[in-house]
Amino acid sequence: MSEASDLEKLTSREYQYGFVTDIEQEYIPKGLSEETVRLISAKKSEPEWLLEWRLKAYRRFMEWLAEGREPTWAQITYPKIDYQAMYYYAAPKAQPKLESLDQVDPELLRTYERLGIPLIEQKRLAGVAVDAVFDSVSVATTYTAELEKQGIVFGSFSEAVLKHPELVRKYLGSVVPYSDNFFAALNSAVFSDGSFAYVPKGVRCPMELSTYFRINAQETGQFERTLIVADEGAYVSYLEGCTAPRRDENQLHAAVVELVALDDAEIKYSTVQNWYPGDAEGRGGIYNFVTKRGACRGRRSKISWTQVETGSAITWKYPSCILQGDDSVGAFYSVAMTNHRQQADTGTKMIHIGKNTKSTIVSKGISAGRGQQSYRGLVRIGPKAHGARNHSQCDSLLLGDQCGAHTFPYLEVKNPTATVEHEATTSKIGEDQLFYCQQRGLSAEDAVSMIVNGFCKEVLRELPMEFAVEAQKLLGLSLEGSVG
Amino acid sequence: MTEAVLEIEGLEANAGGKQILRGIDLVLRAGEVHALMGPNGSGKSTLAGALTGRPGVEITGGKVRYRGADLLALAPEERARRGVFLAFQYPVEIPGVSNNYFLKSALNAIRQHRGEEPLDAMEFLALLREKAAVVEMPKELLGRSLNEGFSGGEKKRNEVLQMLLLEPALAVLDETDSGLDIDALRIVAKGVNALRSAERAMLVITHYQRLLDHIVPDRVHVLSEGRIVRSGGKELALELEERGYGWLEKEPPARGATAR
Repeated sequence: MSEASDLEKLTSREYQYGFVTDIEQEYIPKGLSEETVRLISAKKSEPEWLLEWRLKAYRRFMEWLAEGREPTWAQITYPKIDYQAMYYYAAPKAQPKLESLDQVDPELLRTYERLGIPLIEQKRLAGVAVDAVFDSVSVATTYTAELEKQGIVFGSFSEAVLKHPELVRKYLGSVVPYSDNFFAALNSAVFSDGSFAYVPKGVRCPMELSTYFRINAQETGQFERTLIVADEGAYVSYLEGCTAPRRDENQLHAAVVELVALDDAEIKYSTVQNWYPGDAEGRGGIYNFVTKRGACRGRRSKISWTQVETGSAITWKYPSCILQGDDSVGAFYSVAMTNHRQQADTGTKMIHIGKNTKSTIVSKGISAGRGQQSYRGLVRIGPKAHGARNHSQCDSLLLGDQCGAHTFPYLEVKNPTATVEHEATTSKIGEDQLFYCQQRGLSAEDAVSMIVNGFCKEVLRELPMEFAVEAQKLLGLSLEGSVG
Repeated sequence: MTEAVLEIEGLEANAGGKQILRGIDLVLRAGEVHALMGPNGSGKSTLAGALTGRPGVEITGGKVRYRGADLLALAPEERARRGVFLAFQYPVEIPGVSNNYFLKSALNAIRQHRGEEPLDAMEFLALLREKAAVVEMPKELLGRSLNEGFSGGEKKRNEVLQMLLLEPALAVLDETDSGLDIDALRIVAKGVNALRSAERAMLVITHYQRLLDHIVPDRVHVLSEGRIVRSGGKELALELEERGYGWLEKEPPARGATAR
């Protein structure tokens, strides 16, 4: 009874969310052109300024595409993406009016229920407001009325553009400009929906806000845009989840998330990313190229990113904090797992600008099968960041000997009073650990999941309680098919 | 004669590509404590590995019956659930998994197999406190990550604590005495003796006779080059202490006799 054969037994279950919802969709014809951008904007009855902004982004993207500026520095390999071969907009026909959940297509409600996110009033999650995004549009948001009573705006991005144009215009692109990078430019041109949240001065958001992203349509990219603003003294905890059907071809997901925290505000942003990872041979799966950045604009503001990344064929994302306000605090807690042929190049950037700014990085990478992953992190201490402090800890856990883990820490320290610490470890789940657990009566599956969860503990405890248990289960499931 | 818990017949096994066990015959009956002694490299730990299904130990011949079942056909966790326990010579560390949590998971996995209800947190804690007291296990070690940063003696005490909790039918202790000072040795022996009972069999693997001052065996076997070369009462251990292992290797083993 070797370790390999025990771990092989874990292969039996498949990706749980790989089903397709059979629903009539409308598309904007395949391919990327100025016309595509104009059509998306028109579909959403957007104001002129937003269309102009999209078009600037579109032109920049096309220039970069022509110059071959798609980034190549990440430790990932994939065939060239044909940006003309996909749909940029797909939405369920017969769009519901967002005022009432009764008008949501029952097929969509069933889909979300199957995903564990019931939307209808009798069943919806207590204490969690959900915005459900299906391909290119938001199909429902729960608890909006309750939140409105406290002045909290939460719902689809498209709706926010129409109802709160002054807020959107003030903050959109203020953290991630359209010209920030290749994929951010693409997103800025064609983003179709996403979530918007604004928590007013002094308000502590009484429930978790969350968005559940679902890709359903074939040959379609999902380009969502999320913007969260916490005004002075406000607090909000936000969680996003995502899944996609099992398909043999790859699909592109290029999102942008911007967070803004003003004086004494705090934003906790958590992600449980479970896009379809492709099969054991590396066929199919989502290409996840995401730009996430938070600006701690105000004094004593706090932003923390917590991510559990188990899905996607390729993950390219670096949720970052710009610590502008004096005494502001940034944190990045990450668990990334790659199994089979998955590749992940992920990490963070902590940009210290203000005085006495503090950042914490805890990155836990788990590789199994032929998974490859890299931690890439930048800590930059600017010349005025007196007394800035950073602590980084990057640990990798390997299952088997065909996977890989790499660490690329970058440090730029321009202020002599700063303290920067970096620790890194790599370990292997030994067959001795596994055997020890089995000798105490635990199955190989439970043993691996216990060891992995122990390894990730520091990160998992940062997740909202309702989701920590889900995340633990997900880590166990994602290891299925790993060969020791 | 009481019921046999373990019957090993002609057991042969390889480890690291080399033949280590060359035909072991051994019977343990309920209520008996047997000591297995022998020089380094004689196959003591390989035998423990063969009985518990350790990866890297490849069975090449022979049979093992455990309470009527073909032990070698069972997966390691299945053997454990049926009551085979190994106190490890080198207990592993599992960072981030608390000792408490690990012990509770193990106990409940075994209880489930026995068709018993899992213990809830309160019941478990009460039981844990009672057993921890026997091996004088400090409370703070129970909340720490499993074996992480434990001293050698603390790890061994933790092994005995697990044994007390899981109440195995067959306990194999692999050099549980190695590296222990005299106080730790006394505590470990106390734990083992607390578990001695008419239903249980124990195989105590040791290099030194001193453990056997505290855990008095019913039988002593000497392993050399993968075979049991001598079996006797507890006085055999004393004889070994005086004369070393050298004299046994010169004398051929009694042929065809099953050690018992």
